[in-house]
Amino acid sequence: MTTSINETRIIADPDVPLVRIIREFDAPPEKVFRAHTDPDLFVQWNGPHGYELRLDQFDCRTGGSFRYVMVGDGFEGGFRGCFHEVREGELIIQTFTFEGLPDGVALERIMFEDLGNERTLLTSTSLVDSFEGRDEFLASGMEVGVRDGFERLDALLGR
Amino acid sequence: MAADQLSRVLSALADPTRRDMVARLAVADATVLELAQPYDVTVQAVSKHLKVLEDAGLVSRSRDAQRRPVHLEAEVFDLMTKWIERYRRLAENRYRRLDEVLRAMPDEVVKPDRPDDRKEKHDHQHQ
Repeated sequence: MTTSINETRIIADPDVPLVRIIREFDAPPEKVFRAHTDPDLFVQWNGPHGYELRLDQFDCRTGGSFRYVMVGDGFEGGFRGCFHEVREGELIIQTFTFEGLPDGVALERIMFEDLGNERTLLTSTSLVDSFEGRDEFLASGMEVGVRDGFERLDALLGR
Repeated sequence: MAADQLSRVLSALADPTRRDMVARLAVADATVLELAQPYDVTVQAVSKHLKVLEDAGLVSRSRDAQRRPVHLEAEVFDLMTKWIERYRRLAENRYRRLDEVLRAMPDEVVKPDRPDDRKEKHDHQHQ
């Protein structure tokens, strides 16, 4: 199943309602970090394919916050959260809420680990307060995944 | 599909020993004793792993008292892994776009040794 060296791995913890996504990048941590904190770069790779990400606010530093609207495919939804801790080239701890479900909040920790040779290990962990919440979180991703279309993914994967 | 079933499958497959057991059961049914053989663990420990897989609906055990072979519920397994795979691919999709963004980024913007200098450069970039 491996189609690239930098394959995304997914882990759902059995004891805690979290989802962890692990991926390596051919760039140093400072660069991967900047792609997460610079609003102009952030919009270029975030959100599912075919959706536009409109940033209302994006202040990625400790104590800052963000809000963006995702538009596409008949869907328009707001997402927001606070940047709890942001450390250059090291980690981002933030909250994440879909405004359609304002009581639900995920605590996200994104860690940038230097692998040397201009490579970075990125570990993104989303923790919610119940297993049901995690499964909704997973299911929403899958729904978008269907709309995203396998053709495009296959093309990306070179199949 | 019930969300909690998905959760149980995700949890069941999060363990490397159980993933390995599932991989072996994909080839052929096996008894608990046969499953325990390659591992440095007790039959009880293997039975415990099987219980988790059984609760998740991934395997079933026949009531054939003597042998009780363990059978992989391939349809459930395929469907579940497809769902998880779809989620994983969605993340992979995003990260491939991030790969592109990283390739296009100039190196000098991210030199870590002089943060103040870099911040200035960065601000200029967006004016």
